[in-house]
Amino acid sequence: MSLISGPDTASRSSVPGRRGVLAPGVRYGLSRLLSAVGTFIFVILFNFFLFRLLPGDPISLYTRGRDVDPEIKRQLQARFNAPIGEQFFAYIKNPFVPELPSQRFSAPVWDVIGPRIWPTLLLVGTATVLATVFGVWLGIRSAWKRGQRFDKIATTVTLVLYSMPEFWFGMILLIVFSVGVFGIPGIFPVGGLSTPGVDIGTLAGMADVAWHLALPVFTLTVIYLAEYSLVMRASLIDEMGADYLRTARAKGLREADVRRRHAVPNALLPTTTLIFLNLGFVVGGAITIEYVFSVAGLGSLTVLALRGPDIPLLQTLFLLFSAAVIVANLVADLLYARLDPRVRT
Amino acid sequence: MTSVSTRSIVWARRRRSWKQLGEQFRRSPTGMVGLAIFVTFAALALAAPLLFDASQLDVTKATGGVYESPTARYWLGTDDAGRNVLALVVWGARISLLVGLCATVLSMFIGTAVGIASGHFRGLIGGVLDRLIDWFLVIPFLPLAIVLATVLGKSLLNIIIVIGVTSWPATARLIRAQTLSVEGRPYLERAKALGAGDLHQMTRHVLPNVMPLVLANTTLAVSISILSETTLSFLGLGDPTAVSWGTILDDAFSTGAISAGAWWYLAAPGACVVLVVLAFNLVGRALEDILDPREGPQ
Amino acid sequence: MTLLEFDDVSITYQSAQGPVPAVRNVSLSLPLGQTLGIAGESGCGKTTLADSVLRLLPKNTQVTGHIRLDGEDVMAMSFGQLRAARWAKAAVVFQGAQHALNPVQRIETQLAEPILLHEDVGGHAARVRVGELLEQVGLPANRAGDYPHQLSGGQKQRVMIAMALACRPSLLIADEPTTALDVMVQAQVLDLLSSLVRQFGLGVVLISHDLSVLAGACDRVAVMYAGRIVEEGAATDVFAKPLHPYAKALAGAFPRIGDPAFRYAPAGLPGDPPFPGDLPPGCPLHPRCPIAVDACSTVEPLLTRHGDRGAACHRAGEVLV
Repeated sequence: MSLISGPDTASRSSVPGRRGVLAPGVRYGLSRLLSAVGTFIFVILFNFFLFRLLPGDPISLYTRGRDVDPEIKRQLQARFNAPIGEQFFAYIKNPFVPELPSQRFSAPVWDVIGPRIWPTLLLVGTATVLATVFGVWLGIRSAWKRGQRFDKIATTVTLVLYSMPEFWFGMILLIVFSVGVFGIPGIFPVGGLSTPGVDIGTLAGMADVAWHLALPVFTLTVIYLAEYSLVMRASLIDEMGADYLRTARAKGLREADVRRRHAVPNALLPTTTLIFLNLGFVVGGAITIEYVFSVAGLGSLTVLALRGPDIPLLQTLFLLFSAAVIVANLVADLLYARLDPRVRT
Repeated sequence: MTSVSTRSIVWARRRRSWKQLGEQFRRSPTGMVGLAIFVTFAALALAAPLLFDASQLDVTKATGGVYESPTARYWLGTDDAGRNVLALVVWGARISLLVGLCATVLSMFIGTAVGIASGHFRGLIGGVLDRLIDWFLVIPFLPLAIVLATVLGKSLLNIIIVIGVTSWPATARLIRAQTLSVEGRPYLERAKALGAGDLHQMTRHVLPNVMPLVLANTTLAVSISILSETTLSFLGLGDPTAVSWGTILDDAFSTGAISAGAWWYLAAPGACVVLVVLAFNLVGRALEDILDPREGPQ
Repeated sequence: MTLLEFDDVSITYQSAQGPVPAVRNVSLSLPLGQTLGIAGESGCGKTTLADSVLRLLPKNTQVTGHIRLDGEDVMAMSFGQLRAARWAKAAVVFQGAQHALNPVQRIETQLAEPILLHEDVGGHAARVRVGELLEQVGLPANRAGDYPHQLSGGQKQRVMIAMALACRPSLLIADEPTTALDVMVQAQVLDLLSSLVRQFGLGVVLISHDLSVLAGACDRVAVMYAGRIVEEGAATDVFAKPLHPYAKALAGAFPRIGDPAFRYAPAGLPGDPPFPGDLPPGCPLHPRCPIAVDACSTVEPLLTRHGDRGAACHRAGEVLV
């Protein structure tokens, strides 16, 4: 993927020595917060208008291909035939909780979503942390040994992984390691979060969950790590031509120290940005992998919702995912300011 | 008379630089490998009706056994309905490539237009477009695509629209940055001073200078489009009457190919996706290297 | 005592197009306490020469001849000896201070780095020394906590000089220290360098394309063209009465206000300096030289001595104004 440039540092350069009313760091933080809030408002509006402005009868979306209780049908008609202004205000009162319950589960939407949050966090969180650690290391090593065998092999492998649909990789792993082909015994569980009947509150239960999540976490880690490694490598190679590295060498530093103390910290800046910017794809990965491995998290719930289609559930999940990514981007911006003094001073 | 000769000079120069680009590309091994892979798949896709009769895709006309592993007759085995997997995969190339390319055209068109416009127009329009790009960039792709596909319904056209409409922001942002840098150049100020209108500036000056970057970005956009189509089809949002690599994978997964150990049914379509996406990635990277070389210390 | 000596040094890069001789048969010497200027246009090899002293050249570079720092052959040193010599014996003030500082580290960290590396002192002692260094170059000690982007161009240059002095080297190599600075700031930086030389008795190699800068600040000057020294002598002599046509053109390229003779003197030479990998036969200047004769296109002139001075021109003897 071509590198999207990070935050526009040039626009934030300050005159040396000048101080505004607010400390520049705080000013930057507030502006990013405002931007995040703005984006979220946009998402909420988008969510509302999407279902009402597109061609077709919105009611049919809710009732497509199923028998609907006439009472509910009447409620729907009352809602959708009301003037749009009235509908909008009803929505705005609490955009997070749709007035209708989940169709598939016949329960309030958040009752369905609630218990599925932690499996997704566990799966995606673990994979992201592992992928960042290993991906960054691999990228640094590849860049410093640029053109040598290690780099050539690593770059080829990561490029192939980067071109791979993560769910396909997961399915291949499943078939090889869970079902067992070509004589390899299938030892991993075929799916699910835990063995039925096991209490996941206990230590043994947690180990069971870990065992079940091993393959899905591995799948996501490997796929994410490919991208992070490519980004870090490109970033560090960009940095390696920098003049200040020559200064560092001239001072008598060992090559390893030149890399560790000077090149890498600078190269990490665009890498951090890009890793966070691609969080949208992390969400996508969660959806497909939870589906393939039957992990009862938000991702597989989304697939269930789209099969319905269960509109209230789908809408809420969309809002939830968007909110999560917006928050993550905000964190990324603030983190970047922490790391790059040119932005905050 | 003068303007005609100036224009022909400009076009001659542009043709030369495109020719140069082509020569440099020919010298890049990764680029050529990528191109070769793509050409192979394109040829296969076009030749599909000649290689395998369309009836081989019909579930009611299947001739093989259920989940037969690869044999001399069925090089890639059969699926759960006894169809020839190789036929499925070759035919699937047509839809996968078609959707990938069409969606990319759409997304590049929107992305380039919005990118140039947001970079060119200062003030309210530019600001609004800028915000729009940033907002769309933040929304995660798959949930948005799922929501849109659900609302629009399952058809080939809708999938193209969904992917096109969700992928344009990344391109727009890149083009916008490039537009801003081009706009800072003196000859654009001169054009403005000579009375060039906005559309003229954008199409005659900015666009040709932004084109090389657009080209490199397009190849990478195609790989994203193909991956997106595969994912959406795999989740069941594709056209149920069309055979694409994604729908094959969906069929395989839903009919229990994994527990049946039918690895050939899963491996083949996925491997094709990997190869084609890799091909475009290689070409895109080769183009990027030519247009924006990163020379580390030699 | 000779601090720095180049003994018939030639430096050749390996490029995709073949070997590129950036420096050819250069012999120079610098005693302690003196300032030597090296002048020339970009691509003449002066930065390559400067980088070679501390072996900062790219890996596949070939160096023949001897480069002696304090009597020791630099190329023969082990890497450990070299690292010890770097900054402690000789330090470089690099071209383009704008980018020679790490943008995400504070000034004090970067200044303290060589001190902590070469001397056995603790963090506190290093910080004290950093304050002293900043004061020596005329910057307030409280700027130590700043980041490079918070300083102006001139201030960054001073920081580079302060950093170079951190380990009390005997040799300072300043590569284009005044380029990209305003004229007023240029003068300040040059004054600073002169006062430091006087104060610490350093040997300084000053590299610039601006011969007028070198004339004022240096004791001796060497002019380079296409990798060779084409003229060498006392600074005032080379500037006022150059022997070599290139040196003459270089000296003439910088305006002297109020000098009527300047108005009529030829300004600059037509054309561009040759690419080092593609030198013309004979004297490399002959395609551009206003006084070239037949011999110039066949035989390359060697540096011949005329008293205290040296010039590499077949017609040097005649050109004494």
